[in-house]
Amino acid sequence: MENIQQEREGRGPAAFPDAEKPFEDAPLMKLPEVSDPLQATAEQPGLEAVAEPALVAASAEAAAHSFPDVYGRSTGRVADRIFRFATGSCALLVAGLILIATFYMAQGSIPAFKDHGLGAVLSPVWDPTNQKYGALAFLFGTGFTSLIGMAIAMPLGVLTAVALVEIMPGRMAQFISLAVELLAAIPSVLLGLWGIFQLVPLVRQVEIAIVKSPLGLRKLPIFSGAPMGVGFLAAGLLLAIMALPFILSVTREVLLQVPTAQKEAAYALGATRWQAIWRFILPYSWKGIFGAGLLGLARVLGETMAVTMVIGNTPQIKASLFASGYTLASVIANEFTEAPSNLAISALISLGFILLLVSVLLNAAARLMLFYLNRSMGVPKGAK
Amino acid sequence: MIQLRRNPMNFRSLIRAAAIALALAPAGIAQTTQISGAGGTFIYPLASKWFHEYNTQHPNIQINYQSIGSGGGIRQFSIERTVDFGETDGPMNDQQLKDAKIQPIMHLPLALGGVVPIYNLPGHTLRFSGPTLANIFLGKIVLWDDAAIAKDNPGVKLPSDPITVVHRADGSGTTYTWVDYLSKVDGEFQKKVGVGTSVTWPVGLGGKGNEGVAGMVRQTPGSIGYVELIYALQNNIAHAPVQNAAGEFTNASLDTVSAAAATAKIPADYRVSITNAPGKGVYPVSTFTWILVSPALPDAAKKKALHEFLNWAVTKGQGYSKDLGYAPLPKNVVQMVLKDIEKLK
Repeated sequence: MENIQQEREGRGPAAFPDAEKPFEDAPLMKLPEVSDPLQATAEQPGLEAVAEPALVAASAEAAAHSFPDVYGRSTGRVADRIFRFATGSCALLVAGLILIATFYMAQGSIPAFKDHGLGAVLSPVWDPTNQKYGALAFLFGTGFTSLIGMAIAMPLGVLTAVALVEIMPGRMAQFISLAVELLAAIPSVLLGLWGIFQLVPLVRQVEIAIVKSPLGLRKLPIFSGAPMGVGFLAAGLLLAIMALPFILSVTREVLLQVPTAQKEAAYALGATRWQAIWRFILPYSWKGIFGAGLLGLARVLGETMAVTMVIGNTPQIKASLFASGYTLASVIANEFTEAPSNLAISALISLGFILLLVSVLLNAAARLMLFYLNRSMGVPKGAK
Repeated sequence: MIQLRRNPMNFRSLIRAAAIALALAPAGIAQTTQISGAGGTFIYPLASKWFHEYNTQHPNIQINYQSIGSGGGIRQFSIERTVDFGETDGPMNDQQLKDAKIQPIMHLPLALGGVVPIYNLPGHTLRFSGPTLANIFLGKIVLWDDAAIAKDNPGVKLPSDPITVVHRADGSGTTYTWVDYLSKVDGEFQKKVGVGTSVTWPVGLGGKGNEGVAGMVRQTPGSIGYVELIYALQNNIAHAPVQNAAGEFTNASLDTVSAAAATAKIPADYRVSITNAPGKGVYPVSTFTWILVSPALPDAAKKKALHEFLNWAVTKGQGYSKDLGYAPLPKNVVQMVLKDIEKLK
C-alpha cells in the first residue's frame, strides 16, 4: 500500500514536467528487480503519461488516507483479503526459494572452503586428480565472455530497438521483433550445436583473416594465440545472440513509453530525427535501457550449455579473444555427474555459490550506480 | 458410477469383484518385483534394451535404470543406498569400497567398450603407437610431421601443420579409459596427467560429450581427439588404428575389443583395467563396464530377481550387444561371471 502511494507521489510530478520536485526515488526502488521484464518496464518514466492526471491528483490529495478511498469502496471484503493473502504468499514463496537455494549452496560449499581456505578457492589451479579446486580461471571466463557478449548485444539491441520504434514502418518492425523474440525460445543446447557447426568455422575464418591482416593486428594482446575458432570470441558471440531478445524487447517497450507529445515537441522545435533520438529519446529512457542491460547480463552470466560447447573448456586465464577458456556454469555442468569425490562436489557447489555472489554484487553495484547517477543527472534534466 | 447405482445387481457384483481383488492383492504385489539401478550413460542403450526384453519374458520383474553417470551410480548404490544396483565405467577404488555402506560390493562385467582416436587431416590415413598418442596429448608433439608420427606411418607424407588436441571436458568413463591407456604406455603421462574421469590436460580444447569432441575435430583442421567406439561406429567416423602390446596396429572393432577381455588377466574381483592387454589381435584401448551388486542386499526377492536377470544378461542378453554396437563378453569371462552370480542366491 505504501509502495503504491510513494510511486504515485513520485510519478505525479513527472506527469507535469513543470512541477518543481523532480522525481527521484520511485523508479530507483524498483529497478533492482530487473530480473523480471515486467518490472523493468514498469519503472520506465513514460508510464506517468499513462496515469490520468485526475487520478494522480486524487492520490496526491489522498496520500494521507487509505488507497481505496480513491475508488470509494470499502476494504473489508473477504475476496479482498483472500486476494491479498494469495498474492502475498506468492511473493513470500519466491523470496523463500531464493533463500533456500542460497542456503543450500552456502552449506554445500563449506567442505570446499574448509579444505582449501578462501585464498586457495580463488587460485587459478583446477586439478581434480590432485584435489585442487581453484575458481579463478572460471571466474575470469565468466567475466570475460559476459563482457564480450554484452559489448556486442547492448549496442545491437538498443540500435535495433530504436530502428523498430522510431524508424521502420510498423509491419516490418512487427515482423522483426517477432523474429528476434523467437530467438529466445531456441534451446541453448541447439544454439550450441549450431555454434559448433556453423559459428565456430566462421569465427575461425575471421580469426585467420585478422592474423594474416597486413595491419599487424595479431600483435595486439587481444588477438594473440592460434586462430582455432573455438574460444572466447565464439562464446561471446553466442551469448550476444542469447541476450539480444531480452535487451531488444525491454528496450523497445521502454522507447514506446516515451510520451508522443514530447517527441513531437522535439520535432516541432526543429530537431532532426537523429537529434530527437540521440538528445531526447535515448536520454529520456536511459534507466529503462540500463534495466534491459541488467536483464541481458543475468541471462549471460548463468548461460551454460551453449557456452560450454564452443568455449573450449580450458581452465586458463588469457585475455585474448582467440584463447579458449571455461566458465563457472560450464564446469559445473560438465563435471557434476562424474565428480570423483565429495570434495569435488563441494568444490563445484562452491563455484555455484561464487556465481550467485557475483550476480548479487553486480546487481548491488548497478543499484548504487543508478542511485548516484540519478542524483547527478535526473531523467527530466537529461530529457531537456 | 451413476449407471451402477441405477442397476443394483451390477453394483453388488462390483463389490464382490472388489472384495476378491482385495483378497488377491497381496499375492499380486509380491509377484511383481521392482528393481532400481543407477549409473553410467555408456551402458544405457544396451541396458534399456535388456530390461525391456527381460520384462516381456518375465512380466513379474521390472527394472528401472537411471543413467546419471558412473560417479552418481557409485554414490547412490554404495553411500546413499537409494538403488538396488549401481553401474560404472571405471571400477570403484579401494577407498570407495571401504567407505561403502553396504558390504561386500561385487563388480560384475556386463559388456565391453573401446575408445578410439579420431583426427582431421584430409587426405591422410594415419595410425598411432601408444607413446606417440601420449606425447601428442601431453603437448610434446606439436606438428603433424613430427618424427614419431612419421615413424608410425612409414611412406605417408605428412604436412607441417600444428596439431590441435581435443579432449572431453565433462567427466567421463571415456576419458578414464583413454588416460588409463596412455598412462600405461607412457611414464611421463602417468606422472603429469594421471588417471581419472576428469583430469587436467596440459594442452588442448575440451568438447562436451562424444558429440562435442567429434564436432570440434570435424570443424578444426589438424585436430585430434578421442571418442567412444560405439559413437564412432554409429556415426561412421573414421578412427585410427592403435598399436597394441604385441606390436600390431589394430583397428578397433567389436571383435578386437572382445579379444582384449579374452587375453587380459582378470582378477577375482574383476576390478581390472584391460587397456594395453597382451596378445595378438586385441585393440589396446578397451574397457569393461561393470554392474555393482551386493550379496548383502536386504530384500531377498530383489536379490533373487537380480540373480536371475544377471544370469540371463551375461548369456542370452549378450546376443543383443553387437546389434547395439557393444562388444560382447568373451566366453571365458562369461564362465567366470556365471560362477560369481551364484553368490547372489
